[in-house]
Amino acid sequence: MATHYSSSAPPVRLGRHSLQALIDALRGDGYTVIGPRLEDAAIVYAPLESADSLPEGWVDQQEGGHYRLLRGERPALFDYVVGPHSWKRYLYPPRQRLWQAHKQGKGWRVKEPLDNTAPYAFIGVRSCEIHAMRIQDRVFDNGAFADPAYIKRRQQAFIVAVNCAHPAATCFCTSMNSGPRAKEGFDLCMTELLDEQRHEFLVEAGSDKGAALLTRLPHRPCDENDLRQAEAVATAASQAMQREMAPDVAALLKRHPEHPRWQEVAQRCLSCANCTQVCPTCFCSTVEDVTDLSGQTAQRWRQWDSCFTLDFSYIHGGSIRRETRSRYRQWMTHKLSTWHDQFDTSGCVGCGRCITWCPVGIDITEEAKAIRDSEGGT
Amino acid sequence: MAGKRKPKLAVWKFSSCDGCQLSLLDCEDELLTVAASVEIAYFLEATRATIKGPYALSLVEGSISTPEDAERIRAVRRQSKVLITIGACATSGGIQALRNFQDVEQFISTVYARPEFIDTLATSTAIAEHVPVDFELRGCPIDKHQLLEVLNAFLNGRKPNVPRHSQCIECKQAGTVCVMVARGTPCLGPVTQAGCGNLCPSCNRGCYGCFGPKETPNPASLSARFGELGMAQPAVKQIYRLFNAHAPEFQQESQRHE
Repeated sequence: MATHYSSSAPPVRLGRHSLQALIDALRGDGYTVIGPRLEDAAIVYAPLESADSLPEGWVDQQEGGHYRLLRGERPALFDYVVGPHSWKRYLYPPRQRLWQAHKQGKGWRVKEPLDNTAPYAFIGVRSCEIHAMRIQDRVFDNGAFADPAYIKRRQQAFIVAVNCAHPAATCFCTSMNSGPRAKEGFDLCMTELLDEQRHEFLVEAGSDKGAALLTRLPHRPCDENDLRQAEAVATAASQAMQREMAPDVAALLKRHPEHPRWQEVAQRCLSCANCTQVCPTCFCSTVEDVTDLSGQTAQRWRQWDSCFTLDFSYIHGGSIRRETRSRYRQWMTHKLSTWHDQFDTSGCVGCGRCITWCPVGIDITEEAKAIRDSEGGT
Repeated sequence: MAGKRKPKLAVWKFSSCDGCQLSLLDCEDELLTVAASVEIAYFLEATRATIKGPYALSLVEGSISTPEDAERIRAVRRQSKVLITIGACATSGGIQALRNFQDVEQFISTVYARPEFIDTLATSTAIAEHVPVDFELRGCPIDKHQLLEVLNAFLNGRKPNVPRHSQCIECKQAGTVCVMVARGTPCLGPVTQAGCGNLCPSCNRGCYGCFGPKETPNPASLSARFGELGMAQPAVKQIYRLFNAHAPEFQQESQRHE
């Protein structure tokens, strides 16, 4: 990725009410600002024009197949973690037209679509989500098979990270080394400092773009106490993490392609594909050709697909993963093991979305642990 | 298409409410293009004028619920090069297939003043249980965009883009928040085929399964989850007994909870 994230600007403090100035500045610079909003009983990522639309005072309760928003004890703006949406729906939209063609004489004239999407500014990006973007960068920005539309959107994006204060019960980023503190890959990173005396954000610039924007916002310098308090937020979040991924899971899964646990999980798995749709790194797509009734226009669309559908593994003669067992195994083994071989990284960032949004609450950490425990030893 | 004879289209009705045929007339913006692309040869809902077969394409609405239906569908099949069934009645027997779980003789004697006038089969069944079907378009009612896609694919000699995957994929791609996870509302989406445009979940309702079972569904696991969410056994049985009660996977699951 061409975007280079580094800055030597010292952290500063922004007051709670300066968030509106941040949104206004980004909008003034031509960004479409997207941020967390409460819609339909969940925190989703949607266009944000006012800081008053941020979900103030809400906390999330997450478990396998369970998500509820509750009123928190304090008016924090970011006391929840990730919801059903991820930023991939903006960087890699669920449905995109690749090209269209019009009949001309005996042939076709092909037109590539113009991508006029305004650059995005994402507010409230969590550390695990930055890691997820970096993983998708390896998928879509890989030289020979690069996706120009993704690369353009990604390079233009302005990222305002937020350090998580309270992980959900489904989070396991510490064991994936992807959080909870955002260390790089952002333009700005905020830590919410909230107590009886103040409601402020400690803001670090992670790029020159971010540092430049920060100088245009009303801010105050930080002292040692601010830095300590911000550090304490990240430390507390890390210590509150309840789930973890089995260590050495990549090698573990390679040893067990025929483990009986695959059959057990298939009894529960609905092959509904929710896990892959909410996963911030799952990138599979299918291509659909459509024509108009007169046969004069044809279009090619790309849309999100999932390794849990029968069509996904359809090759000449039929689908090769007919059983749910083989589809679940494919997904989990790719995500946690063969992804390393393909992209030199794990495909999992420990965000826990696949656990929360599985209608029957299948837990990827529990599945890995069950296979690990079956080996015995320590 | 200049110089080429337009393919003849027939639309047939069996035991049904006519709603799926109406979906064709509801294609307001596209209706003229449809009419320009095919010769509407037999479509009693639209016009009394009929043109004799054979037909290049027959759209069949409704289920087989009378001895006369069972005869007539064979005649329709004989006259049709391509036969596509449309809607839950034609593809799984429809809401009227609820009779399949009961004693029809008892219904007839209770409901009708002159039971001897009623000539009906003991079951309501899908068209494909009687004659070979080239493509089944699901839904109660069918989705107009999917219908146009099927016509389009037929006219252009390609496979229709009608996925058999779950309703969940449609919800997630639209950004609709899962009603089961976020609200605890029982939803048939994970075992139901996509295609309706996630109508109910986008209005905070659980999916009613109008598009029938998805490919390789796992209703037993979903039912277990319904139980955890507090749904009683009779309600679990009932949730599968709606427009697609006779679809094999839904039928078996509802019978497991009797």
